[in-house]
Amino acid sequence: MTTTTTRIERHHYDVVVIGAGGAGLRAAIEARLAGKKTAIISKSLFGKAHTVMAEGGAAAAMGNVNSRDSWQVHFRDTMRGGKFLNNFRMAELHAKESPQRIWELETYGALFDRTKDGKISQRNFGGHEYPRLAHVGDRTGLELIRTLQQKIVSLQQEDKREHGSYDARIRVFDETTITELLLDGDRIAGAFGYYRESGEFILFEAPAVVLATGGVGRSYKVTSNSWEYTGDGHALALRAGATLINMEFLQFHPTGMVWPPSVKGILVTESVRGDGGILKNSEGKRFMFDYVPDVFRKQYAETPEEADRWYTDPDNNRRPPELLPRDEVARAINSEVKAGRGTPAGGVYLDIASRLPAEEIRRRLPSMHHQFKGLADVDITKEAMEVGPTCHYVMGGIEVDPDSGAAYGSVRGLFAAGEVSGGMHGSNRLGGNSLSDLLVFGKRAGGHAATYVDQLTGRPRVAVTAVETAVETALAPLHRDTGENPYTLQQDLQAVMGDLVGIIRREAELEDALVRLAELRERVAKVSAAGGRKYNPGWHLALDLRNMLVVSECTAKAALERRESRGGHTREDFPTMDPQWRRVNLVCSLAGDVVRLARKPLPKMRPELVGLFDRAELAKYLTDEELTEFDALVATDAATGAAADTAADADAEKER
Amino acid sequence: MGTETSGAPGKPAAKRQFRIWRGDAEGGDLQDYMVEVNEGEVVLDVIHRLQATDAPDLACRWNCKAGKCGSCSMEINGMPKLGCMTRMSTFEENETITVTPLRTFPVIRDLVTDVSFNYEKARETPAFAPPTDLAPGDYRMQQVDVERSQEFRKCIECFLCQTVCHVIRDHDENKQAFSGPRYFIRAAELDMHPLDARTDRKDYAQTEQGLGFCNITKCCTEVCPEHIKITDNGIIPMKERVVDRRYDPLVWLGSKIFRRGQVPQTSVTSEHSPGAVRSSAAGGGVHSHAGGSHDAQAEVQAQQGVNWHREVPHPTAPAVDASGKLPLTELTFDRAAAPSPFGDDVTFPLPPEHLNFAHPTQDERNH
Repeated sequence: MTTTTTRIERHHYDVVVIGAGGAGLRAAIEARLAGKKTAIISKSLFGKAHTVMAEGGAAAAMGNVNSRDSWQVHFRDTMRGGKFLNNFRMAELHAKESPQRIWELETYGALFDRTKDGKISQRNFGGHEYPRLAHVGDRTGLELIRTLQQKIVSLQQEDKREHGSYDARIRVFDETTITELLLDGDRIAGAFGYYRESGEFILFEAPAVVLATGGVGRSYKVTSNSWEYTGDGHALALRAGATLINMEFLQFHPTGMVWPPSVKGILVTESVRGDGGILKNSEGKRFMFDYVPDVFRKQYAETPEEADRWYTDPDNNRRPPELLPRDEVARAINSEVKAGRGTPAGGVYLDIASRLPAEEIRRRLPSMHHQFKGLADVDITKEAMEVGPTCHYVMGGIEVDPDSGAAYGSVRGLFAAGEVSGGMHGSNRLGGNSLSDLLVFGKRAGGHAATYVDQLTGRPRVAVTAVETAVETALAPLHRDTGENPYTLQQDLQAVMGDLVGIIRREAELEDALVRLAELRERVAKVSAAGGRKYNPGWHLALDLRNMLVVSECTAKAALERRESRGGHTREDFPTMDPQWRRVNLVCSLAGDVVRLARKPLPKMRPELVGLFDRAELAKYLTDEELTEFDALVATDAATGAAADTAADADAEKER
Repeated sequence: MGTETSGAPGKPAAKRQFRIWRGDAEGGDLQDYMVEVNEGEVVLDVIHRLQATDAPDLACRWNCKAGKCGSCSMEINGMPKLGCMTRMSTFEENETITVTPLRTFPVIRDLVTDVSFNYEKARETPAFAPPTDLAPGDYRMQQVDVERSQEFRKCIECFLCQTVCHVIRDHDENKQAFSGPRYFIRAAELDMHPLDARTDRKDYAQTEQGLGFCNITKCCTEVCPEHIKITDNGIIPMKERVVDRRYDPLVWLGSKIFRRGQVPQTSVTSEHSPGAVRSSAAGGGVHSHAGGSHDAQAEVQAQQGVNWHREVPHPTAPAVDASGKLPLTELTFDRAAAPSPFGDDVTFPLPPEHLNFAHPTQDERNH
């Protein structure tokens, strides 16, 4: 197979944005506004991105509901949520710029829910000190994606008026997958991929690429993510010489549905447990009483009788153990399943049906009842739900320059934004911060990609040999007929990741996972896909598998390396947070085919930002050495503050 | 460890018969599959199982699998539906389930159709025009005012309303002039947007989008998975506005009571030109999605079109009573309007001599 016999459609663009979710569309808008000829690559149809799944809202300190809110408070909440492992500069930019990005959406036609005085309404959410999430009912993600989609259409209409064609300066390539980034030396020269519909190849020659491909959840057995989340951007970046950070941090929800399949992965809100739902194993035992850690003994009930009294009389009784923190619940479920007391689908029972009258359940949990009745015909007033930990979001991703979104590592001209980039959320993401993250860093990545193109002296060239190799790699699964079915391989990969690199990790299991991933690597290298090139999902999956595999290896390696528990990484053998580990990012890179892991110190937070926290809180996260520095800083700050009136403002901010 | 558990807890999986259309633009046919179905599954789960077992290259779009993205639109036993929202428990135990691609759009492969028609219409619809005198952050709107547009913004663009719409479902030739329900509610959404700077949305809907073609059979509302009241809240108010009466529920109600002849008419659905109804069916028919064309030549063409391998039904028209009239009045009917008042066998555009619609600008010129 040579390129002479393969038709390849060629396009020339200034900026190619891979991914058409919130971050990708925002980046494309910015690049186009900067006058660059921009292409948007979407694996699905335009407007179907996973962003539509975001329900809660977009966090932005606009202060519409509580005027005491400010970027400083939002910054503080974000750092707390990420257990101080966040890239402080990204958290700072995010907190400062998100209100502007939200207001901008209104000029694109977004219609958020309103306050009484006509401003954008903001709602409370876990981890946010003030009501902060701009929202539209429970479909904020859809509003965001539709708004950006319509803004792109409006730019295309401008171009039509000016240049006579909608596609003159910004074009959407839908149902198109990129399989390789092409380099000229260390500079991005283009991207190679295929149209999913026809299977025809397509080559973009472009000096700048923005990756906005989202997450990696499809490597897990139970996930709330769609099929697109195969870690394409993570893998493309690695292969192009960029680095990934924090790949050990994945956000799991302890109670996602595991059965029936029609609702597998859909989250069951914690309020089901708050309203009386209990967890039972396959023997019918209410097992949470066996899993109350010593530190929580005093606050949690020891008998079912006492626990049951709490719902009506919380002042004189201790809480039921079902309401332990998220990770404790997940650990308990995990242990029960691994001890063989799980349900056939690998979860446990969450029973509210036998605890409250049907009428009461419908009144308190209307949307839960409606959703499961509608999607799966599961009546939560009549039967127990089968739940287990569900993979939801990856905090880790491409290591980027916080201001420009340019990827670190050896490559130039590569930018990243959204879930595919790492650092912003540290070890755990606050609800609502992902939608604002998309907008803030999408805009930045698009803008800086345009600037990068401006300062280039010559256009990088795509090497013919690189394209030939890309064609061969892409066609290989179709030409092999002895290999395994891609669906089997995907299931096996999901089983390894779900069972061994899931929500609770142990050293032995992680080592086992790495061995199994190495075996899978051999098998994936020989995968074969039946059928032709035209809209062949088996072939598409076969090509995605290698991305899923390399990203899974990064997660497993980093999880084995980090010997502490923090945010989205829980090690049963190292159950506490270690301040020394807070100073370290684990950085993955690719050497040939092999994933390399390195430790890198976290950037040091600027004094005025450290000053936003009080000492008691910092003591939980920082090493003694860092605390001594903080004390010295406060001492000098107080001295200068007393001397100069001009410092008064900063101090006032600090006291809030 | 191990592969995914596939048996439902306590209940053995049953084999069910599926007939799935396989093929591409060149042609294809329904293929039979016996496939395992577990309790609580939806049609999309079964298609995924088929992909993992018997048919790895079965093409089907999907994304969120939670009814939020609108990707897995297909026709299940002839009804346009989302695969992820159609529970297997809604079928009889021994019922064969037939899955075909959306009929209104050209097939690409298997269940995947070319929906670019919709994206073209979206591109033609003028975008939101921001008010020039307001800076970002200064927008003030009341909840009650944004709610009407918000209803339409719930749209997940599954295009079920587009595929079910009679005007284009079996009349490819109407696609040029007709944007479809999805884009009528887009126009309505912008029309009702409290701060949109354009004032010509209703004219646009009438003159460019072909709103007048819609004869309010409400099929679009019926299939909408988001339960948007496309006809009642979007199309009808736009039609009302088109006749240049400010939208007001009372006026609308009035127009339902004081029917035609008493309210200024510009819509092509008016009955003033009985000649427009050229019902040719001898025994009458029923309101149907089964399709068919009144035109013999078109029918031959449809039969030759290798796309569907399905029988093209004979022309249909609403059943009439002894006096030759529809056996119902709009007041007692369960819909706000009659089933296609032209009969289902009339194609658009109508011959000019039958048109009772006068173009507003032409009208002025004539006077």
